[in-house]
Amino acid sequence: MICFDNITKRYGEGHDALGNVNFELASGQMAFLTGHSGAGKSTLLKLIMLIERPTRGNVLIGGKNLAQVSASQIPYLRRQIGVVFQNHQLLFDRSVFDNVALPLQISGMPAKDQGRRVRAALDKVGLLHKEKSNPLALSGGEQQRVGIARAVVNKPAILLADEPTGNLDPKLSAEIMQLFQDFKSVGVSVLIATHDISLINSMNCPIMELSDGRLIRNDIEHVASAAMEPH
Amino acid sequence: MAKRNSAKVQGAKLSSAKVSGGKVSRVSTIDLLKAWWAHHKDSCSNSLLRLLSTPVQTFLTCLVIAIAIALPTGLFLSLQSAQQLGQGWQDSAQMSAFLERGAKPLAIEKLQASLEKNPSIKSIDVVSPAKALSEFQRYSGLGDVLLELDENPLPTVFIIQPVNTLDDTKQLSALQKTIEASPLIDTVQLDLGWLRRLHELLVLGERFVIALASLLSIGVLLIIGNTLRLAIENRREEIVVTKMVGGTNGFVRRPFLYTGLWYGIGGGLLSVVLLIVIGLWLADPINSLIGLYESEYSQGGLSVSAVAVLLLGSACLGWLGAWVAVARHLRQIEPT
Repeated sequence: MICFDNITKRYGEGHDALGNVNFELASGQMAFLTGHSGAGKSTLLKLIMLIERPTRGNVLIGGKNLAQVSASQIPYLRRQIGVVFQNHQLLFDRSVFDNVALPLQISGMPAKDQGRRVRAALDKVGLLHKEKSNPLALSGGEQQRVGIARAVVNKPAILLADEPTGNLDPKLSAEIMQLFQDFKSVGVSVLIATHDISLINSMNCPIMELSDGRLIRNDIEHVASAAMEPH
Repeated sequence: MAKRNSAKVQGAKLSSAKVSGGKVSRVSTIDLLKAWWAHHKDSCSNSLLRLLSTPVQTFLTCLVIAIAIALPTGLFLSLQSAQQLGQGWQDSAQMSAFLERGAKPLAIEKLQASLEKNPSIKSIDVVSPAKALSEFQRYSGLGDVLLELDENPLPTVFIIQPVNTLDDTKQLSALQKTIEASPLIDTVQLDLGWLRRLHELLVLGERFVIALASLLSIGVLLIIGNTLRLAIENRREEIVVTKMVGGTNGFVRRPFLYTGLWYGIGGGLLSVVLLIVIGLWLADPINSLIGLYESEYSQGGLSVSAVAVLLLGSACLGWLGAWVAVARHLRQIEPT
């Protein structure tokens, strides 16, 4: 589902943020991306989101080479990817419901279908009773779950999470991880960037570890040939 | 724990449709069009509500726009009135042919008939000595003094309206000579100098108003652009999140374009109010001035069509100003 084929990303003339990174994350697979601060985790996620473009190499999402995605097509690609941010990125000028509904509004879903989908997503994260609240009135863990509901409401094939448990205590973190497990088990590819070692160790998931832009540990095999096949 | 399990079950239900394809749900073209229309409606009403939620700020911005619009419009309307007034005089770029005093009525009629055949002459008004005297009595203020006169000293006058007006001075002069050639005619008066000066003055005024209007239109664009720059800055977070979850530039742009449109319409409406108030204030002196010029011209206020043009123009300016601001600033706001 996500395939990095010999990716190098260089900012300006400086050092390589990522150097010769290869991996392939299959559908329904969940992996952790770890490494010290500045190792390149965020850069790797940005390449998937097309916030950045690689200096060399190809990124393939669902068999599509991102080099062929023009700037005007980027929004449509992003609709296939759910993202969970460390700081939730919720909008406080609207209710929980409207926050979760935003991706559906953007993709042009009829309002009556939106309601159904939003409530299903909120139910999934256990916050259906909070749909009318303002996100400001929620706890940190609840805000994060609203963020997850928004990330999955469009039923994306890929779920990215950038330090999703950064501000949460271990119990809440475990709950969030369980949610990700659930999505994985229904076929979503989940990639979680974190440096929370205890969290990683508590889960039985493949790990990719970055150090200075290099993958120094890669539990998921890179099968370039399989990834290049048209889907 | 029980909660989590129920969530799991829900999750399975939620996802059952998706698992097979692992693709984002597709939306039909008609739904997309409906959604596009719905977003236009939402953007339109939400941007208005947003503006109304800060009424003082919105009013002040609209007032600035209104002043910038009302100033050239007001000048333009006054200029139009002046032109109308001038047109009245221009039409009276007529010649006064004074006949010899002893001319017989029959000869006068013959002369009139022959002159009326001249293609350069549109019409001839004959002012008999008696009529001229009574008019003179009425307007000169001499009144009864004139009654003391033994005989009417005034000649018959032909007020000749030429077809070609002051654009064609040479032809007018030629016509003047032709008429003067008749033995019955004493003199023909034709004064073009002051008319030409007025004409030039009006042309100058028109250019001045156009220049002013252009400058102030740019001013309106900048005002709206700057106001929207702030609005965009205030909603930076929302823009980033929207782009992150797949919002197109058009989607992000739309509410701001409507905001600009509303500013334009608000400014236009306020400028109409300003113009009406100023117009009422000026009405009395203008009317007495017109009275002095014995002109029949009606006061050139704001007509319905002028209001429509003004509102349309200001709405366009608002929309355009928004485009300028949005094109410049939205591109800079990308998720990082």
